[in-house]
Amino acid sequence: MIPVRFTDDVADLPTHKFGPSSLTWWGIISFMIVEGAFFMLAFAAYFFLMGHEQGWPPEARKAPDLLAGTLFTIVILLSEIVNTSIKKAVHERDIPAVRRLMGVMVAIGVILLIIRGFEFNSLNVRWTDDAYSSIIWALLLLHTTHILTDWFDTLVLWALIQTRLGYEGRRQVDVDENCLYWRYVWLLWIPVYLMIYWIPRL
Amino acid sequence: MTDAVRRSNALKSRRAAEAERRDIEEDDKRLAAERKKIARDGPKLTGAKLEARLLRTWQRPPGIIGWLATVDHKEIGRRYIITALSFLALAGVLALLMRTQLARPDNNMIGASRYNELFTMHGSTMMFLFAVPVMEGVGVFIIPLMLGTRSTAFPRLNAFSYFMYLFGGLLLWGAFALNIGPDIGWFAYTPLSGPQFSPGKRADIWAQMITFTEVAAISAAIVIVATILKARAPGMTLARMPLFAWTMLVVGIMVMLAMPAVALASSMLISDRLVGTHFYNAYEHGDALLWQHLFWFFGHPEVYIIFLPATGFMSTMVETFSRRPIFAYPIVVLALISTGILAFGLWVHHMFATGLPRVGYSFYTAASMTVAIPTGLQIFCWLATMWDGRPRFQVPMLYVVAFIVTFVIGGLSGVIIASVPLDLQLHDTYFIVAHFHYVLIGGAVFPLLGVLTFWYPKMTGRMMDEALGKISFWMVFLGFQLAFFPMHFSGLLGMPRRVYTYPAGLGLELPNLLSSIGAFVVGAAVLLFVINGIKSLYIGALAPDDPWGGSTLEWATSSPPPPYNFAHVPVVESKTPMWDQQGEMPVITGLRVDEKETLLTTVVAAAPDLREPVPEPSLWPFIAAIAIGVVFITSIFSPWSLTIGLVPCAIALTAWFWPKEIKRNPEPVIT
Repeated sequence: MIPVRFTDDVADLPTHKFGPSSLTWWGIISFMIVEGAFFMLAFAAYFFLMGHEQGWPPEARKAPDLLAGTLFTIVILLSEIVNTSIKKAVHERDIPAVRRLMGVMVAIGVILLIIRGFEFNSLNVRWTDDAYSSIIWALLLLHTTHILTDWFDTLVLWALIQTRLGYEGRRQVDVDENCLYWRYVWLLWIPVYLMIYWIPRL
Repeated sequence: MTDAVRRSNALKSRRAAEAERRDIEEDDKRLAAERKKIARDGPKLTGAKLEARLLRTWQRPPGIIGWLATVDHKEIGRRYIITALSFLALAGVLALLMRTQLARPDNNMIGASRYNELFTMHGSTMMFLFAVPVMEGVGVFIIPLMLGTRSTAFPRLNAFSYFMYLFGGLLLWGAFALNIGPDIGWFAYTPLSGPQFSPGKRADIWAQMITFTEVAAISAAIVIVATILKARAPGMTLARMPLFAWTMLVVGIMVMLAMPAVALASSMLISDRLVGTHFYNAYEHGDALLWQHLFWFFGHPEVYIIFLPATGFMSTMVETFSRRPIFAYPIVVLALISTGILAFGLWVHHMFATGLPRVGYSFYTAASMTVAIPTGLQIFCWLATMWDGRPRFQVPMLYVVAFIVTFVIGGLSGVIIASVPLDLQLHDTYFIVAHFHYVLIGGAVFPLLGVLTFWYPKMTGRMMDEALGKISFWMVFLGFQLAFFPMHFSGLLGMPRRVYTYPAGLGLELPNLLSSIGAFVVGAAVLLFVINGIKSLYIGALAPDDPWGGSTLEWATSSPPPPYNFAHVPVVESKTPMWDQQGEMPVITGLRVDEKETLLTTVVAAAPDLREPVPEPSLWPFIAAIAIGVVFITSIFSPWSLTIGLVPCAIALTAWFWPKEIKRNPEPVIT
């Protein structure tokens, strides 16, 4: 063992901070990169298959109905208001507000998942019809997985902050990063929405 | 509800909130008082007394439960390495079987379909179960020691990653033992692997093995990247970071971007086979080439994901054994990064024979040739380091030299087949087999064997036998040249890869016989390496902390390191801290000793940022891996497993995240 020379003391450093100081932030960013790669490649596959067709949707197929998907888009964009309020409340350490608002987010998640069910019903094709049908089902399914996992994540976190641990700084960082992730979920939805509903209408 | 009731309800809830707030305030005071009593390392708590307390805190519980629950990166890294080496041995035996079959013309020892299984298992095992995991395993083991930290980031994710990898390997080899192993080649081209031409479950086994290993590789990559960015010793700025950490940072990011491609491709393959989608079905306007694009968008970066860690091994060993800091450190770093970026622009050179637009040919030829430039720069930097240093030719350094010789040959054959006309002639011949074994064995396995010898004392506390090491080095080096150099000629003579036999009288007898003899020499050499490893574990010379005179922090702690790695977190003041410390190691104090705690620093400047509680051992990552494994395997048979099977997964992941007791601690600990 080499003898040591004492330099600095870190006893007074905090054990949590919001944002890029925390490991949680880096974990979330890493998952975003991985999922982003997944989505980008699925988009590439969509355009690759589109390049083989004379029309898009191919002849004899009807583009998906707009109602459910558009409703979904409106609700998920509006959910950012609640999401931002949670972020603000948790930075102010207003725990009762966080508890209340996260309940609202869980409810919004349920509504979104129900609308998503109708969306699958309005695609006007089954995944077994042809390559076009397969890829739009794949895109919608991919995004549904996204919604479902984040909804469950929010649910668990909501239950956890009902306890005294809601006042624990590190759990507040978790809430903060969960909000960051939700922004990614709706941001990725925008290109998916355009690709499923509008590109076939061009 | 009347107004009165509503008002009284509102009053009640306001009172409750008020009471809770008072409660919490009181709790905060209690916690602040408790916090003052916490024991921390420092001038008053150092030496043997500190080590005993840290050991009590950091030791995992004994027994099988403790073994399964461990989150110690050293244990997980060792397991990764041992498991990967076992798969190397298994896939190596398959290679010897294939070389026995090909030793003479018109041989009928192994039939065509069994031969298909052999080369599929060999390639898949080597790429997915050996090469990538072993590199990540070494990274998981050594990176925290090199960076001077006590733990990886996300240690439970790390444990989870190992179990996913293990289950994926067991799935593939279990299936092979039951005679349902895949037979579609390691890149499983559609339509051969599609529902029409591969009925049965062989192709599904392959595709799900991919899913397992991708989940494992991505998890380990996230662990490694977050550790490198956030857990470096104070003072270790990015510009002072050891080159191996640079390579693992680049590789980790590459894994995150490349692995989703193959996971997406294989999920689409499974859904074509299981639920009747048409991604790759040309009759319904799908396209088999979509598979090739997605697969090689992963497959080409994969080569660099295997090769770049090896360049990190090279830089580490060259520096240590030349006794001089690496020549032109910034150039080596920039070369690593540019190789990482260029690796994503080359995938189409695997597809020259499929017919491409002219501009595609030119672009991918140019890109494939360009990638030789940063790699060449790195080689020149190593040569300059050796030239200017005072090299010692111990076993690890011998592998360094073997790397340079072998990899340059493989690199040159790579540059020439980047040109389309030549590639069209040599595509799918033994020339290609020779080329990629030169770059993969020469470029990755040689440095790996060297670095295993190099870090063996840190892993086990003992030295490997030098004489045996030299014998196995010369056997593996010469045996390799004998096995693979003649393949250039069998390829030029027109022998296609993946054929189970060849006719006599075409001039293929001699090169094939030489290759087979060489393969057995390599096999014997690897066996000798393993024997050396096992023998030294029991009767090897005891290793000091720093047996080679290394430059980086892993040599500052004991061999093998204690569970907490460093009694005091070291402070770094130069690129080569072990060479510049002049008899005393600067350290930082103030971390807890009664709970597991480590230090996080800022991303670029590595200034102390946070004290981070380190998770306790937990069985939940293991249970989560089982739950997810059950979903992956049963989804080969029914799509419903994806819905029903998700429930246990959700339970396991929730339990993993959920704290053991709902109690506030003076400073949070993850239990």
